[in-house]
Amino acid sequence: MSTPKPDAAVAAARPPAVLARIGSLGPLLGLLALALVATLLNPDFLTVSNLTNVLTRAAFIGIIAVGATFVIISGGIDLSVGSMAALIAGSVILIMNALSGTLGNSWTTVVAGMLIALGIGALAGLFHGTTITRGRIEPFIVTLGTLGIYRSVLTYLSQGGSISLNLPLSDVYSPVYYGAVAGIPIPILVFAAVALLGGLILNRTRYGRYVQAIGSNEQVARYAAINVTRVKIITYMIQGICVAIATILYVPRLGSASPSTGLLWELEAIAAVIIGGTALKGGSGRIWGTVVGAVLLVTIENVLNLTSIISVYLNAAVQGVVIIIVAFLQRGGRRA
Amino acid sequence: MKTAARLAALTVLMSASLALGQNRGTIGVSIPSADHGWTAGVVYWANRTKSELEKKYPGMRIVVKTAKDANEQANQIQDLYTVNRINTLVILPVESAPLTKPVADLKRRGVYTVVVDRGLTDPSAQDAYVAGDNPGLGRVSAEYLGKAMGGKGNLVVLRGIPTVIDNQRVDAFEAVMKSKYPNIKILDKKYANWNRDDGFKVMQDYLTRFPKIDAVWAQDDDIAVGVLRAIQQARRNDIKIVLGGAGMKEMIKRVMDGDKLITADVTYPPDMIADAMRMAAESRASGKPMPKNTIIPSKLITKENAKNFYFPDSPF
Repeated sequence: MSTPKPDAAVAAARPPAVLARIGSLGPLLGLLALALVATLLNPDFLTVSNLTNVLTRAAFIGIIAVGATFVIISGGIDLSVGSMAALIAGSVILIMNALSGTLGNSWTTVVAGMLIALGIGALAGLFHGTTITRGRIEPFIVTLGTLGIYRSVLTYLSQGGSISLNLPLSDVYSPVYYGAVAGIPIPILVFAAVALLGGLILNRTRYGRYVQAIGSNEQVARYAAINVTRVKIITYMIQGICVAIATILYVPRLGSASPSTGLLWELEAIAAVIIGGTALKGGSGRIWGTVVGAVLLVTIENVLNLTSIISVYLNAAVQGVVIIIVAFLQRGGRRA
Repeated sequence: MKTAARLAALTVLMSASLALGQNRGTIGVSIPSADHGWTAGVVYWANRTKSELEKKYPGMRIVVKTAKDANEQANQIQDLYTVNRINTLVILPVESAPLTKPVADLKRRGVYTVVVDRGLTDPSAQDAYVAGDNPGLGRVSAEYLGKAMGGKGNLVVLRGIPTVIDNQRVDAFEAVMKSKYPNIKILDKKYANWNRDDGFKVMQDYLTRFPKIDAVWAQDDDIAVGVLRAIQQARRNDIKIVLGGAGMKEMIKRVMDGDKLITADVTYPPDMIADAMRMAAESRASGKPMPKNTIIPSKLITKENAKNFYFPDSPF
């Protein structure tokens, strides 16, 4: 029996700084590795049209996940985002169809619809935040409840079928999804803007610091005279507005909403946030990580569709494996 | 308003059926709740046929119940027996295996059981079986596409959710292609989960991957909606035909209007529940048993006959 060397024990407990830094880049390294594999499997992966497809698709989950980053850093969770997106999409389509009678099939109708969408999102967030803070109910419970409520209201409105936008109105609206500025599709631009703004709010404003402080220790934040209730309510409102923005981009894609719209988006958004290096227990996180996480999730699906070497039955397994590998890669970052 | 009226009607109906139901007969109809297009169609047809049959057979009562999962449905059919005192059950099981025993139990107590679409694991639990033709849907689709493509070219397939139904359709489709149209190449087949968003995504990736596609078999009309948008976005004009299935009203409208890509559709009618209810009611009224097995064939809808399949007020 040999005695353990003390310096070896220390080295094992504290990984070198370089390793830790590589660890915090985990999601980015994961994405690059995946892109490399994808290109080897099918050179079409790197074509501009495919990359824009991937980023455009990532925009929905990505924008929602930016909002989720705030909620999760503050120590909360919002499980209702997928149902909320479906409900906003359905009700906005119904409202726009009704408005087109008086306002015509014009941009006025579309803009009115967009504003109403933002209003519904903000109100839903206000409701979540207030019930969670003033009503003192666990966020998990409140949003689990609204997850069911929102989706069944949509199912009721659509009679289980689908709600479709008037065809002429759909033509007016469709550039919002299919259009491009300087060759870049609008959803990607909006995604970039939302992520940039989210990053600024989180890292450069007092509000952002309060969110992080509350997430790491709510009692201490309270003693530091932070208005915890208000800060938390605002995080849920940011989440609601992000869902509304994503929905505004989603509606012109298919011009319809059905009970299967936005199914499981809540899990994808939470996965994007966690893959991106935000701690599920709150306290710290980063928006750029969330963006990479969202792109990574969509890329896995894209790669699986571009190849046929793996049985289609195993798609979900491949996604699970990649998610776990990426989480493993950034382990070091979290420990440091 | 409508819901309130419906609730009131249901209450009146339930008490009425309790009071005088026994001698005239009560039919319980148990179906999945409307959670996507096709099931929405089933609910619509069940309610529509209920009023039609109650008018036709005075004194006959029909109770329609919807269930969100197998467990709820099993509880419901028990209630139909004890509370509504049904003597006939028409059931479209949410899932086959978990409902086999509850249905067998009702049959043992003297209820005439008619199973629709999804068969039970033990057929002796049912008196009669009415179903759509899943292999038929695949066969009819393959024959139409094979002919329309002139027996050659590239085809992509967008499947549903991994289930027995999906396998039956796709296997039959491929069998026809292999034996009758060997020069048609099936480039790939991926799951689009019977919904529009996945149809859009999978088709986008097919378009990236394959420079030349002649035809698309979308297996379901909801998927086809997404497929059409993806083709439109990519501005591809190599694709000549997109064939969906199930008979969604928007798709039938396109066939009627002479859409260039959507030239046909194949039925898998949600109104098979209506057929089953009519047969059950007639058999109850006449006292004659129903045929043991009834298969409702999948029909090809083309521009000529499309108007017979178009129901604008159906949600599907």
